[in-house]
Amino acid sequence: MLTYLRRSAAQVVFVLLGIALINFFLLHLAPGDAAQVLAGESGAATPEYMEALRRQFGLDQPLYVQFLRYLGNLVTFDLGYSFRQSLPVSELILQRLPATLLLMGTAIGFALVAGCSLGFLAARRAGKLTDTVISIVALLFYATPVFWVGIMLIVVFSVMLDWLPVGGMTSVEANLSGLALVGDVALHLVLPAVTLGLFYLAIYARLMRAAMLEVYGQDFVRTARAKGVRPRRIAWRHVLRNALLPIVTTLGVQLGSILGGAVLVETVFSWPGLGRLAFAALFQRDLNLLLGILFCSSVVVVLVNIAVDLVYTLLDPRIELN
Amino acid sequence: MSHAVPNEPVLAVDGLSIGFQTRRGLLPAVRELSFSVRSGEMLAIVGESGCGKSLTALALLGLIPPPGRVTGGTVRLEGRDLLALDEAALRRVRGARIAMIFQEPMTALNPVLTVGEQIMEAILEHEPVSRKAARKRTLALLERVRIPDPERRFAEYPHRLSGGMRQRVMIAMALAGAPAVLVADEPTTALDVTIQAQILSLIDELRREQGTAVVFITHDLGVVSRYVDRVLVMYAGRKVEERDTRDLFADPLHPYTRGLIAAQPRAGAGAAGAVRERLAEIPGTVPALAAMPAGCAFAPRCPLADERCVQAVPPPRRAGSGLVACHHAGETHAL
Repeated sequence: MLTYLRRSAAQVVFVLLGIALINFFLLHLAPGDAAQVLAGESGAATPEYMEALRRQFGLDQPLYVQFLRYLGNLVTFDLGYSFRQSLPVSELILQRLPATLLLMGTAIGFALVAGCSLGFLAARRAGKLTDTVISIVALLFYATPVFWVGIMLIVVFSVMLDWLPVGGMTSVEANLSGLALVGDVALHLVLPAVTLGLFYLAIYARLMRAAMLEVYGQDFVRTARAKGVRPRRIAWRHVLRNALLPIVTTLGVQLGSILGGAVLVETVFSWPGLGRLAFAALFQRDLNLLLGILFCSSVVVVLVNIAVDLVYTLLDPRIELN
Repeated sequence: MSHAVPNEPVLAVDGLSIGFQTRRGLLPAVRELSFSVRSGEMLAIVGESGCGKSLTALALLGLIPPPGRVTGGTVRLEGRDLLALDEAALRRVRGARIAMIFQEPMTALNPVLTVGEQIMEAILEHEPVSRKAARKRTLALLERVRIPDPERRFAEYPHRLSGGMRQRVMIAMALAGAPAVLVADEPTTALDVTIQAQILSLIDELRREQGTAVVFITHDLGVVSRYVDRVLVMYAGRKVEERDTRDLFADPLHPYTRGLIAAQPRAGAGAAGAVRERLAEIPGTVPALAAMPAGCAFAPRCPLADERCVQAVPPPRRAGSGLVACHHAGETHAL
């Protein structure tokens, strides 16, 4: 266990270095820099003014100097300064990170629980009406664009039924605290979490169904039946646990990509999260901020993958760390 | 629990037919198979792959996977027709009165449950005992099948055990409910030769001590000849010969049986210095289910086949200690 953690810590450092390098150079490959954008927004700019801007932001330095300086800062968790927002990047990120983690966690939790339940149900009723309905619904969720689902949910549940807030994370007018605040945030969370989760729900439902059916064909299920084990117990004890393995694998992969989906959902629901910040940074060519966000999300992804490895060993005794 | 009267067969299969439902209709895989086993008796069902022996074994527990299904006959276990039971009633019989061990001990155990949990489950699903009592019995069972250090093995996962150990676990699991009948589907095929002998003598010992009737499915006549009382030879879904083991080996009546025995390597036959004897083989292959001949299914491969064999399926006839289904039964001596 300790050896495993030591080795993964070394891997983390290596991976993060690589990510920092790739991020940095990819972004530099794009034409234009912050000085150009700033200058563009102010209407007109003389070459001298541009030059001054670049010097001020260190953009006139050679790339490798900029990169080394960036790395040095990373070590001290100084992610630089966002000139567009006039705030340190780390502060901006820390402001937005909790909202995003809350949204992502809820969405994935919802997708996992509901998706696996539906897939489980579909597999147990394979070929029957329940299975067909679940499969069709899952396919619909899978095929529908996230932003459209979001807008439709707003139209139905906020505008027409007036059950849930249209957007934001808290009610602006009320100054809530304590439990009331938690309730208020939870209410605001429902629609964005469902919107973001539906796509993943569809994936888990389909994956779970397929995994369960595959496990049902295994020899040990036949052994369990020959032992006289009840069908319900076979499903829960013998099939489910084995079928969860591919789900966990997929979960690890997808947690990385979910931030991309969060950008759309946060925009549609004006959720004050990292996704929207990244989106804004991208359009404003706020390089420092964008690099910071990318770096932070890769840290999250790497940590999540280590967690997935640990969960794996809990589920499957054949996999041992080291 | 109804216990069979002595000399009354504990398991009686009568006219069992199994087929596969396909788009082109029903393909018969096992036809009108009848046999019975008494308490403490070991019967071997022998035949090549695809002769329907494994399907028969699964049918005894009502475990035939679709598109296969039983199309006729009865399977009476302690007087009760299992084929007439609904799934819930059948489940209560499985593992309790009739149990099965499988060919592949590697895949037949659930990789994510400990050995102990899997054996305990066989007890807990059938009897209202506490987990503690079930655990105690499981440890006794592990000891019974001679697994060293049962306490430790109890908490072990299957991948930690060798093939032979896993098969012992399978046997312990099958014995958990003290079944009247044990169906063993090629339980030694996947194991090393030395382990094979150990597993066989373990099964043999258990049936002697507990009076369990054993139906032993195998393609290897030589492996079981030392242990079984009777041998049933299947060919292309039918019983072609059923005799006491000694009689069968001394005087095989069906040309197919004779071929099977001739195809066994004999001890010493390949020994150093001796002239290497080429093993006899039966020419040709088993006909496909969809292309079964009208007459005797063995006729295309049989050296004795004549007009009669091609036209009519030979009915089973009494022959000494058993039955044989061949128009030329006994003429094999001429071969």
